[in-house]
Amino acid sequence: MDAGLLSYLVFFLTLSGVYMILSLGLNIQWGYNGQINIGIAGFFAIGAYTSAILTTAPTDIHLGGFGMPFFVGALGAVLAAGILAFLIGLITLELRGDYLAIASIGIAEIVRLTLKNEGWLTNGVRGVPAIPKPFADVFPGWEDEVFLAVVAVFVVLSYLAVNRLFHSPWARTVRAIRANEPAVQAVGKNILNYRLQAFVLGSMFMGLAGSLYAAFVAFISPSAFDPMFATFFIWVMLITGGSGNNKGAIVGALLIWGIWSGTEMLTTSFLPDDWTTRASALRIFLIGLLLEVVLLLRPQGLFPEQPPKVR
Amino acid sequence: MVFAQLIIYGIVLGSILALAAVGVSLIFSQLRFAHFAHGDVVTFGAYFGLLFTGTLALPLYLAFPLALAATGILAVAIDQLLYRRLRRSEPVILLISSIGVALMLRSVIQMVWGPDNRNYGGGGVSFPYEFLGLRIKPEQIVIIVGTVLLVTALHLFLTRTKTGKAMRATADNASLARVTGIDTERVILWAWIITAVLAAAAGLFLGLDTRLNPMMGWRILLPIFAAALVGGIGNYYGAIAGGLIIGLSQELSTAVISPAYKPAVAFAIMVLVLILRPRGIFARRREAG
Repeated sequence: MDAGLLSYLVFFLTLSGVYMILSLGLNIQWGYNGQINIGIAGFFAIGAYTSAILTTAPTDIHLGGFGMPFFVGALGAVLAAGILAFLIGLITLELRGDYLAIASIGIAEIVRLTLKNEGWLTNGVRGVPAIPKPFADVFPGWEDEVFLAVVAVFVVLSYLAVNRLFHSPWARTVRAIRANEPAVQAVGKNILNYRLQAFVLGSMFMGLAGSLYAAFVAFISPSAFDPMFATFFIWVMLITGGSGNNKGAIVGALLIWGIWSGTEMLTTSFLPDDWTTRASALRIFLIGLLLEVVLLLRPQGLFPEQPPKVR
Repeated sequence: MVFAQLIIYGIVLGSILALAAVGVSLIFSQLRFAHFAHGDVVTFGAYFGLLFTGTLALPLYLAFPLALAATGILAVAIDQLLYRRLRRSEPVILLISSIGVALMLRSVIQMVWGPDNRNYGGGGVSFPYEFLGLRIKPEQIVIIVGTVLLVTALHLFLTRTKTGKAMRATADNASLARVTGIDTERVILWAWIITAVLAAAAGLFLGLDTRLNPMMGWRILLPIFAAALVGGIGNYYGAIAGGLIIGLSQELSTAVISPAYKPAVAFAIMVLVLILRPRGIFARRREAG
């Protein structure tokens, strides 16, 4: 296989892995519990920046870096995203779903403004460079391939964990809250606690995805966390794949990212430059249209939710 | 003096937010979902204005009403093509569908008009009037007067017409309204027309005050929602007051903190209201949740 194609494949699969983890995180929130998080980009960005600040070598241009190993960075990312989710969840999860949706775009916006304007912390719009990859010196020259393996391990572990969770009594309660809240309240469950747990847990996966993304691209700036790619795409992935089904979350991520990347290759190779911006708008239009078609014709997605059998 | 100047800017921004927030409130009270494509309907209104003033070279006083009408038709078309087919789903599905609509509207604008900033021409720079050391641009007077006219028209519609009364009845109690023989589909149709006309006006005014950009509506979506929530979602007059409160606070905040954090001010007020008075600052004692 020629080197260009191989490196493109590695690039494609690594980002697919990041999207899969984001999609699994959203599945805990929306698929299991019916929460509408339109601020995925915020949790993703918090994870990426936390991990970047923890793992980069000491520098003057932003806070830290603390030169920590990747796994400390990833842990920090997960915790930071979780804490942010806890604070916002405390305020909004008691209210009806639309309020969380509205508040979550607020959170994403505040995160974006902070990253952009607090130069001492994040180097502002100039971004954080030189984020190291783990195990980069194991096979010199193959850093990206090694990192793809790391991402693959995280995807498999996340999938197994989220899927194991699906079969737990905890998830039964969380899904029951989505289906019939008063009934769950009547059997004496603390609804707010369960909601908060689902929201925090899902956001932690988004933070984890952020740390992987930062290490992969090695340079992050606020513009990388555009709501289009870091929020809306995840929704289309999960809805198309199948809300509530973890296999659906994985396949949806691969499918939508595949369509997006595939059509990008088509338009950049066949169209003149001044048409590619218009073509990219057309591709976004088609992604939006796909979401509507799925909602109208197959709202359960490719892989419908399959409640575990009661034994 | 600086303070008074910021109040003027705040009223201008507040008028724009108020017009858009009424629509969010109206759709929420009729269809029970937060309309996430609302910002992009605002943008479309602004660009329809550009189409009629720029491409068709009509004067503003003709172009603006045409843009309002065109946006109304657009919203009704979206409702008939998409939202109507989802009426029987849960309201959250409509919310997600509106996110898809937002993406589609924005990409159409990018395809047709491109990603760059635009304006309504006429030289671009207008000279502000000055009195008592305060500056106000002619456009800003148009915005404030236009908002007062539209809000008055809305008030007359809601209180004097049969459809307007039916609309308020549906907002209070949808099932009761239906059994008393109110044609809810007709009410919904009018709700979309009014929402879109007010949103388009907000877009045109925002375009007049600043400039046009495919992201302009999405960027003010958070303050619009904040205004609707502060006023108490489903409370149309509250939404107008909410718009002014958010607009004034955003502008006045620039005297104290960096203007870069203007959207954060809207969010902070919204969070405060959610904690202290989740049904809005004008909540009546009993209200349908």
